[in-house]
Amino acid sequence: MRKRNNNIFKGIDWLLVLLYLALVFLGWISIYSASMNETHYQILDFDVKYGKQLIWILLSFAIIPFVLLIEAKFYERFSSLIYLFSLLSLLGLFIFGKTISGATSWYVFNGVSIQPSEFVKIATALALAKLLSDKNYNLKLVKNQIKAFLIILLPIILIVPQPDPGSAIVFLSFTLVLYHQGLPKLYIGLGFGFIVLFLLALLINELLLSALLLFVILIFYFIVKSKKTKITSFFIIFIVAVSYIYTVSYVFNNVFEQRHRDRINLLIGKTKDSKGIGYNTRQSEIAIGSGKFYGKGYLQGTQTKGNFVPEQHTDYIFSTIGEEFGFLGSSLVIALFLAFILRILNRVKYQKSKFSRVYGYGIAAIFFIHFTINIGMVLGILPTIGIPLPFFSYGGSSLWGFTILLFIFIRLDANKYYEW
Amino acid sequence: MKKTNYLLRNLTVLVGVIFIARLFYLQILDDSYEILSNNNAIKIKLEFPERGYIYDRNNILLVANQPSYDIMVIPREVKFKDTLAFCKLLNISKRSYIKRLEKAKHYSSRIPSVFLKQLSKEDFGALQEIMYNFSGFYIQKRIIRDYPKNSAANVLGYISEVNEKLLAENNTYHQGELIGTGGIEQYYEAVLRGKKGLKFVQKNRFNKEIGPYKNGSLDKKSVAGQDIILTLDSQLQQYGELLMSHKRGGIVAIEPSSGEILALITAPNYDPNLLVGRQRSKNFTKMYLDSVNKPLYDRSLLAQYPPGSPFKLANALIGLQEKVISPNTTFLCFHGYRYGNREKEFMKCHCDIYNSPINLDLGIYRSCNSYFSNVYRRIIEKQPTPSLGIDTWKDYLESLGFGNYLGYDLPTGKKGLIPNSDYYNKYYPLRNWRAVTTISNAIGQGEILSTPIQLANFTAIIANRGFYYTPHMVKHIKDSVIDKNFTTAKYSKIDSGNFEPVIKGMYDVFEKQGTARYYRLNDISQCGKTGTAQNFKRINGKRIAFEDHSIFIAFAPKENPKIAIAVFVENGGFGSTIAAPIASLMMEKYIKGKTSRPLLEEAMVTKNLDPLYRHQQQIEQKIAKKK
Repeated sequence: MRKRNNNIFKGIDWLLVLLYLALVFLGWISIYSASMNETHYQILDFDVKYGKQLIWILLSFAIIPFVLLIEAKFYERFSSLIYLFSLLSLLGLFIFGKTISGATSWYVFNGVSIQPSEFVKIATALALAKLLSDKNYNLKLVKNQIKAFLIILLPIILIVPQPDPGSAIVFLSFTLVLYHQGLPKLYIGLGFGFIVLFLLALLINELLLSALLLFVILIFYFIVKSKKTKITSFFIIFIVAVSYIYTVSYVFNNVFEQRHRDRINLLIGKTKDSKGIGYNTRQSEIAIGSGKFYGKGYLQGTQTKGNFVPEQHTDYIFSTIGEEFGFLGSSLVIALFLAFILRILNRVKYQKSKFSRVYGYGIAAIFFIHFTINIGMVLGILPTIGIPLPFFSYGGSSLWGFTILLFIFIRLDANKYYEW
Repeated sequence: MKKTNYLLRNLTVLVGVIFIARLFYLQILDDSYEILSNNNAIKIKLEFPERGYIYDRNNILLVANQPSYDIMVIPREVKFKDTLAFCKLLNISKRSYIKRLEKAKHYSSRIPSVFLKQLSKEDFGALQEIMYNFSGFYIQKRIIRDYPKNSAANVLGYISEVNEKLLAENNTYHQGELIGTGGIEQYYEAVLRGKKGLKFVQKNRFNKEIGPYKNGSLDKKSVAGQDIILTLDSQLQQYGELLMSHKRGGIVAIEPSSGEILALITAPNYDPNLLVGRQRSKNFTKMYLDSVNKPLYDRSLLAQYPPGSPFKLANALIGLQEKVISPNTTFLCFHGYRYGNREKEFMKCHCDIYNSPINLDLGIYRSCNSYFSNVYRRIIEKQPTPSLGIDTWKDYLESLGFGNYLGYDLPTGKKGLIPNSDYYNKYYPLRNWRAVTTISNAIGQGEILSTPIQLANFTAIIANRGFYYTPHMVKHIKDSVIDKNFTTAKYSKIDSGNFEPVIKGMYDVFEKQGTARYYRLNDISQCGKTGTAQNFKRINGKRIAFEDHSIFIAFAPKENPKIAIAVFVENGGFGSTIAAPIASLMMEKYIKGKTSRPLLEEAMVTKNLDPLYRHQQQIEQKIAKKK
């Protein structure tokens, strides 16, 4: 051990650690409530969900010292390697992957299943930070832009066909990092446009959509006509968009298998299934709504006890809080998440190293998108996209992934006084 | 650069605010989720308490409980395929299955309702094992009534399912619940019913019960109904019912010193066990539609007959009280009493004492119409106008319990009728009526109507020499005090001294050449009065005379009376032929516990008036057809 490491604990942002511990604790008691049944009392029982989760939590705590003890420079230096390795782990899924509930996203060792995409987030965040912090890197150059997009897109390309569109969407949060680092707004606009077109292409007939598009572009053209814009550029945009639309619907209808289509159709609300995803959201809303101001009391949630909310211990864990701790408790949890993300963003400002800054902003974006999509879905204001709520949702891979993601930043943050 | 720094921060705060706003809406503004959640996850199960038992005054069990098993259905949970096997099991047709299920669905697809009522114990045993195969159906144990004694159905009443009307009015009852209907079961419903228990059960999303809700802290235990001890003497009741076989009418026996009803008999009656079990509705419909025998009609409380000669006692009492006569006042009888110059203004009399002075005692035990016509006339004519006369007279009668509900603890009754001046003013618009116009009142005929229980109560007043306790059926309820109304003496407007001459006359009814002298007993001093009420029916506007009603009132013993009784036998002829012996036998039975006149007893039991009733019915139908 080098002398410097002894001082690491001084540099640690204890507030962030405290927020982390609070979230993990609240997460576990929620899982306990959601998966408890009267006959089991053994907390450390590996057969029950809350027992398993407690073991995962303890193991996460065991990993933290290693994350903290590793030299800060290591993360920067080995980021490319870590990224490559993570991509390989995703590729390996095509051969060794195990299919759980329709998605081939898991490796299973001795009954313990690990989801590599949770760790790929860390690798991608590191790789992106490494790329953007290069002294010669200028985001204004198209070549560099392509590099950055590739880093983000490669994991998406590997994750979408699992299919795990939820996890893939998380990676789009990195575009926020690019935006933060000065990516021209046009890209964001384009990206947004392509996402909207993608969804519209699935929802609306191609021909009708193309006609609509033509109409919109023509109106837009006549509005901005006075300037020296050429009609040809509008024409090119139109051609590209229409071919994109047809490609999307072709791929969707001919390349994807029915089960993929089902999942995506449910995702975009094209098929309504009362006992399917719509049912989940409804039951989740009932659980939360019936919590009223003070909640029904811990372990007293009738929706929770009766297992009315499917996947309550994973994606719908927040409904447990809503039901048992009411408006008071759920607002507190939301406040905790806000404090947590804002604290990361606050620490980002003090980073002298650009690597730390980009990495920190990246993980804030990841936590933000998880928080937004998950709770948005549970509260019934966003469509159903299955991604976990950090530190709350049951699952070892995500807990480990988020813990490592966070503590690498805490490590980098602790190091800020000694670097550069 | 500085500007973009805040993008994620602002987004985060914005999302946080949106979430909290959404939570505010879901958890505080919108109340519907709580109900939805409760519907989802909490099942409220009712625990029905055991209904109280009913005993007679000697603690003989009259009404008990027995288990019964209903098949219940929750229509939306019916999912199994093998309907045919299910129908076979229950021994019902597929069409009946569909019909029953539709009916249940119509009520509610979520709330259980009765699919098949009251299985036999054998069926239950066989079904219980395999019921789980048929989702949506389950067996519910219920408690129904059991009657160890086939007697007093009219007193006890029965229990039946609450009807839709009551369900709508009263939210303490639930569909399919049983409620007392008629008799003690109805009047003391609140006592017998007990308190329902509630059990809150947590369900899971497969609608399976997974345990008590909030560890049962909200549950309420059911409280069993209270037992009731009746004033009824079931042996006397049964004896009376036996004596009344093949007759129509009513008997009411009261203990004068307390107002306790010892027997309340209506004939024809029915076996209370007919209204229990699977055949219940069939039996009920049959009895309900029997307009000839009317077994569900309690004649002892509802039948209004002209009281006939026993009413003469009331006029005697009023006459004594008004001092228009004394016990020694004598009148003459000429096989009747002429109250006007016209041919028909003559009331016949069968006392057979021609042109010889008749005093009060003789007038009573020979039941002289002339005597009481004179008394009545004096009562009315004592006042300056007939109207005042009638109204004074009516006041006395009301204090003797006539012309209004008595206030006993049974749910049915009739007021009877004692006319007042308004009544006659309406009847005679010219107001030209006088005492003699209403002379029938002297002998309990004419407009006067009374029910057997009113007459029995009147007898109890005589036995008590002037007062009565409101007749009542309940002697004792555990943990509660009997209504004070039943334990306070109510005094008539007749001084007690005025009762003795009347009682002497009633005593001589049995003792001297009285109308009931054949039923005299050596060891019991009986006092009574026969009655033979003329019986007219209006059919198609025609007044047709039918066989007289046989009436008798009596009490015994003369001093410290134990029992007062009124007997009505429809179309039984002279009071002395059927009503008097029945009353005498019952008094003997009650006082001594046994009877000493087997021949008389047998004659009464076997006396069959059914052919007479049939014959009268044929006449009625014939006349009705003629029109």
